[in-house]
Formats: sequence, structure tokens, C-alpha cells
Amino acid sequence: MNGVEGFMYPNEVELVWSVLIVLYPYITGLVAGAFILASLERVFRVDAVKPTYRLALLTALSFLLVAPLPLQLHLGHPERSPEMYFTPHSTSAMAMFGYVYLWYLMAVLVFEIWLDYRREIVLRARRERGLLRLIYKIMTLGSDNISERSLHIDERVGWVVTLIGIPSAFLLHGYVGFIFGSIKANPWWSSPLMPVVFIFSAMVSGIACVMVIYMATSKLRGTTIDMRCVDTIAMYLFYTFIIDFSLEMLDLVHRIYEADESFRSLNFMVHTKLYFSHIVVQIGLGTLLPLVLLAITQVAKLSEMARKRTYALAGALTLIGIFAMRWNVVIGGQLFSKSFLGYTTYKVGMVTREGLPVAIALTLLPLLFLWVLVKLLPPWDDASAAHGATGD
Amino acid sequence: MSAFRDAGHLLRFAGLFVLAFIIFLVVRKVVVPKSFGEYGHYRGASIGEIAAHPAHFAGHQACDACHTDIADEKKGGKHAHVNCEACHGALGKHADDPASVTPAKLDTAVLCVRCHAASVAKPKNFPQVDAADHANGVPCETCHKPHNPALEAGGAK
Ligand code: HEC
Ligand code: HEC
Ligand code: HEC
Ligand code: HEC
Repeated sequence: MNGVEGFMYPNEVELVWSVLIVLYPYITGLVAGAFILASLERVFRVDAVKPTYRLALLTALSFLLVAPLPLQLHLGHPERSPEMYFTPHSTSAMAMFGYVYLWYLMAVLVFEIWLDYRREIVLRARRERGLLRLIYKIMTLGSDNISERSLHIDERVGWVVTLIGIPSAFLLHGYVGFIFGSIKANPWWSSPLMPVVFIFSAMVSGIACVMVIYMATSKLRGTTIDMRCVDTIAMYLFYTFIIDFSLEMLDLVHRIYEADESFRSLNFMVHTKLYFSHIVVQIGLGTLLPLVLLAITQVAKLSEMARKRTYALAGALTLIGIFAMRWNVVIGGQLFSKSFLGYTTYKVGMVTREGLPVAIALTLLPLLFLWVLVKLLPPWDDASAAHGATGD
Repeated sequence: MSAFRDAGHLLRFAGLFVLAFIIFLVVRKVVVPKSFGEYGHYRGASIGEIAAHPAHFAGHQACDACHTDIADEKKGGKHAHVNCEACHGALGKHADDPASVTPAKLDTAVLCVRCHAASVAKPKNFPQVDAADHANGVPCETCHKPHNPALEAGGAK
């Protein structure tokens, strides 16, 4: 049989969870991570990261909007997916996750962004013309009140929402980890550490993502990068990364020491089929290298230029590394037989519903959403001033 | 009173939620089938619909009633517990009307190895052969009677 070594049960030969299911936890993780970064400013009052606060929220929203799409494309009958909301079963992790997703989308992200932008929305609804005016009008929900007091109330409520948002973000991504970690038939996945590892890797990827997007957009807009801000973000990235890495190593050490009946098979896999994506990309390029780079920026006094370059490189490597981690979890978990006697191969499709072009499109789609959101709700500090000047 | 007015926009947002929830309930009412949850977490009416499907398999007893000779032959052999339709395929239509529906001939080169091809995943005590080695291209039924396959050691070979 094609690409099969040793013995596979017939239902194991084809991988059912494709590259799209790799994207799904990856994108959800970026959402959770970006939100946690935003909450740093709001709840923990880390003033230095303020320039990225709104950008982080918008990033989270645009990725969250895309998060369910890979799942929909994966389904044979996507039109049936709402049934999970209409008749949820309490033993279905996916159904419960659907509610967590909706809650997080509407009650946390959209609400918080709305509160934070309400003043601008109202001002723009007064100023813009035509279709834009209508859009902003709808976004005001018909309330024109931006009095001192009402904005103060927004501020307080926003704080509470962020506070609720932090456990919600943990829940959102913890659930994604749970969906894998609770599959007792699969020793590669089945581990109570899975949700925790997923949450921390989510924070790592989300923080790196916002940092890279912030630096890239500053460059594109020709504004200066606030170094105090990126320095702080990089520091947080470094710390969360260390926790994340320790947890993953803990998981690894635990597996090696426990060496249960699946160990020989999994060990073989990590040394052969997964060697490149796991050892080389995930651990080497995607974890150790960025950790070393970030550590250098923490201990050595580097010039501003050198720091920027190091951060950009470390951020990009981190994003690749976390993607590799999702890949190794999702794809790796399906490459071996439950009989532990054989291995199969995964070949990414090209012109299929779950092929590579679709995966690339889905990865870029959030950036498009972000672009639209940024146009509608500029997150930059200088936005209102620039607007006054150009008079648009 | 003014505090209430200044929080008015929040009520509007909350109203949005209430509205969405009401729409959800209405849509749910419309799309969830009437008999859902009647017996359990599924559509109660589906039981009747499934029962109304024509049966594809007739079952062992049905075959035995007409093909008594084969049933007798099979009873004493190693295939006693292998259902007729496990080899012959679903024959419900044939059992209903044997005159007009004649079962297809079986190809033992494909049929027998489906169960007996050697594989490490099978229990050690299950009889299995490497067909190429064992039969050398000779059809299985040359030596084994399909309905009573065991040979006296040294019998035909
Ligand atoms: C109602 C009586 C009846 C039942 C029940 C019945 N059969 Fe038959 N079967 C016949 C008759 C009569 C023939 C001969 C028809 C013919 O020669 O065209 C036949 C022919 C066959 C043949 C083809 C024989 C050949 O010469 O090719 C097979 C195989 C067969 N039956 C299998 C089965 C199996 C398996 C079942 C149980 C699912 C079954 N039959 C149930 C009456 C029955
Ligand atoms: C292990 C697989 C197997 C099982 C179980 C099996 N058959 Fe057969 N049967 C065959 C094969 C192989 C043939 C010969 C090929 C052919 O003629 O189609 C055959 C032939 C027949 C024939 C044609 C007449 C004959 O003797 O050649 C009838 C009728 C028949 N089977 C009925 C039955 C019935 C009834 C049962 C259940 C009691 C049954 N078979 C169980 C494999 C099986
Ligand atoms: C649906 C699966 C199935 C198919 C198809 C099947 N068999 Fe079997 N066969 C069995 C089972 C089950 C046994 C009983 C094993 C036991 O007793 O442990 C058996 C037993 C046997 C034995 C007895 C082995 C012994 O230890 O004496 C022989 C020989 C045999 N089959 C040959 C055949 C031939 C020839 C065919 C094709 C006509 C065939 N089988 C098709 C399931 C199948
Ligand atoms: C040339 C005659 C011949 C042919 C053809 C033949 N067999 Fe056999 N087979 C035998 C003999 C003889 C035995 C018993 C030998 C023994 O007990 O070691 C046997 C034994 C078996 C057994 C039992 C093995 C065990 O370990 O208990 C199976 C299963 C079997 N045959 C399947 C098949 C299948 C499937 C085919 C067709 C691909 C086939 N045979 C073709 C002669 C034959």
C-alpha cells in the first residue's frame, strides 16, 4: 500500500485530519495569545505595551473570525454544523467548544473592541458620508452618547470584560488542547498536560504574532517603532516561551521515563518520519534558536537596530516553530498505528478541498480581515491627529 | 437617573444579545425535528424510517430453510460459524424471490484470502496462509470445499 510501512489497520492508512486541522489550533492559539497580550495593558497595567493594545485586539478578532473556517472546509456536510448548537450533546467536546467560541467572540472580543472604540465610532458616524457613515451608524447601535461619564463607564466595564476575557481565552485554547488531550485511544495526544501546553504555546505564538505585525505595520506606515514597547513584548515573549518550553520538556521527560507500551513506536517516529518537523523545525529552529536570540537581547546591550532585527527574526522563527508544534501534534498523532506495528505517510493535497492552496489562503485571510478592520477602526495612537490633518 | 442614561448604550448592546438569543430560540424551534429527544439524543421518528428500509440481508436461518443440504454440510465443518452471507454477500432479494434473483458466482481467489491472508495483526491461532506459497495459483476450492474446508491431513495434497 502507498506509503505504509509495517501493519496499519485499514482505517488508519488515510489521515483524516489534514493540514486544515493543523491550522485550526494554530489560528485559535494566535487569538488567545494576542488577547492575553492585550490584557497585559488593560488588567495588569503594563503601560509600555499600550501601542499594541488595540492592534492586538483587532488581530485577535480577525484570526478568531477565520478559526472555524478550516473546520467547515474539513466537514463533508458543513451545512449541518449549526446542529451542534441546536442540539448539543453534553459529551461532545466540540459542541461545548462551539459555545465557548461564540461566547469569546461576542461577549469578550467584539464587546471589548466596541467599548474601546465607541468614542471614535460615534465621532466618525458624525463626520463620514455615504456608505461609511451608515456602517459607523450601525456600529454605534444608535447611541450617540460619548459624554465624559459614559466613557468612564465604558472604561470600567471594559476592564471587567478583559478580566473575564483572560479565563475565557484560556478556556478557548485550553479546549482545543482538551479536544486532543482527551482522545484516550491515541497515546500521542492523550495527556492531561495537553491543554496546558496548548495554552502556553498559544500565548507564545500570539505574542510573537502581534509583535511581528506591529513591527511590520510600523515599517509599512513609515512610523517609528516604539522600542520600549517591543522591548517589553520581547521580554514577555521570552518568559512565556521559557514556561512553554519547560512544559513541553516535562511532557517529553515524562513520556521517556514512563515508557509505556506506545513508547517504542512513538520514539521511532520522532527519529524518522517526524525528525525534520519535530527535532529540527519545532525544537531546534522554532524553540531553541529564538530562545537563544531573545536571551541575548535580555542580557547584552544591543543597539536599537540589532534589537529590532533580532526580535523580527525571533518572532518569525517562533511562529514557524509553533506551527510545527501543531503539525507534529495533529499529523504526528495519525502517522502510527494503534497496533504500534506500522506507520503511514501524509501527503498534503494540492487541488483538494483540504489542500495546500486552501491552507495558504486560510492563513492569509486573517491578514485581509485585519486590513479591513484597521481601515475601519485605526488602532494607531496618531490616527485621530492624522485624520484631522488630511481631512478625510 | 443620569447614570442610567449614560449606560444606555450598554443596554443596547445587551439588547443585541437578547435579540440574538431570541432569534436562536426561534430558529432552533423551526429546524430541530419534532421527534428529537423522544427516546434519547436523536430523532425519534428515525427508528420507524430505518425499520422501513428493505432488508438487504436475509440471515442464516432463511438460507438454511431452503438450502438444507449446504446447511448440513457446513454445520460439521470449520466454517460452521461463518454466516452464509459473509461469503455470498447480501442476498435478501434472492431469499425473497429465488427464481428471479440468482446469486453471483464467487471467485475464491479473492474471497478466501479476504479472511485467511497471513498477517501479523491476526490472532496467532486463526488459520492463515500466504496464498501464493500455499496454493500456487490453484483455486482454493480445488482442494477445500468452501462449505466444509478442513482437509484430512495428507488428504488431497
Ligand atoms: C426460498 C428458498 C430459498 C432461500 C430462502 C434461499 N435460497 Fe438460495 N436458492 C434457492 C433456489 C431455488 C436456488 C436455485 C435457483 C436457480 O438455480 O436459479 C437458489 C440458488 C442459490 C445459489 C446459487 C447456486 C448456483 O447454482 O449458482 C446460491 C449461492 C444461494 N442460493 C445462496 C443462498 C443464500 C446465501 C441464502 C440465504 C441468504 C439463500 N440462498 C436463501 C432458494 C432459496
Ligand atoms: C466460506 C465462504 C462460504 C460460506 C460461509 C458459504 N458459502 Fe456457499 N459457496 C461458497 C463458494 C466459494 C461456493 C462455490 C463458488 C460458487 O459456485 O459460487 C459456494 C457455493 C454455494 C452454492 C452453490 C451450490 C454449490 O454447492 O456449489 C450454494 C447454493 C451455496 N453456496 C449456499 C450457501 C449457503 C446456504 C450457505 C450458508 C448455510 C453458504 N453457502 C455459506 C462459499 C461459501
Ligand atoms: C468471512 C471470513 C472467511 C472467509 C471468506 C473464509 N473463511 Fe475459512 N475460516 C474462517 C473462520 C472464522 C474459520 C474458523 C477458524 C477457527 O476455527 O478458528 C475458518 C476456517 C477455515 C479452514 C480450517 C482451518 C483449520 O484449522 O482446519 C480452512 C481450510 C478454511 N477456512 C479455508 C477457507 C477457504 C478455502 C475459503 C474460501 C472458499 C475460506 N476459508 C473463506 C473464516 C473465513
Ligand atoms: C493443492 C491443494 C490446496 C489448495 C489449492 C489450497 N489449499 Fe489450503 N490446504 C491444503 C492442505 C492439504 C491443507 C492442510 C495442511 C496442513 O494442515 O498443514 C491446507 C490448509 C489450509 C488452511 C489451514 C492452515 C492452518 O494453519 O491451519 C487454510 C486457512 C487454507 N488451507 C486456505 C487456503 C486458501 C485461502 C486457498 C486458496 C488461496 C487454499 N488453501 C488452497 C491444500 C490446499
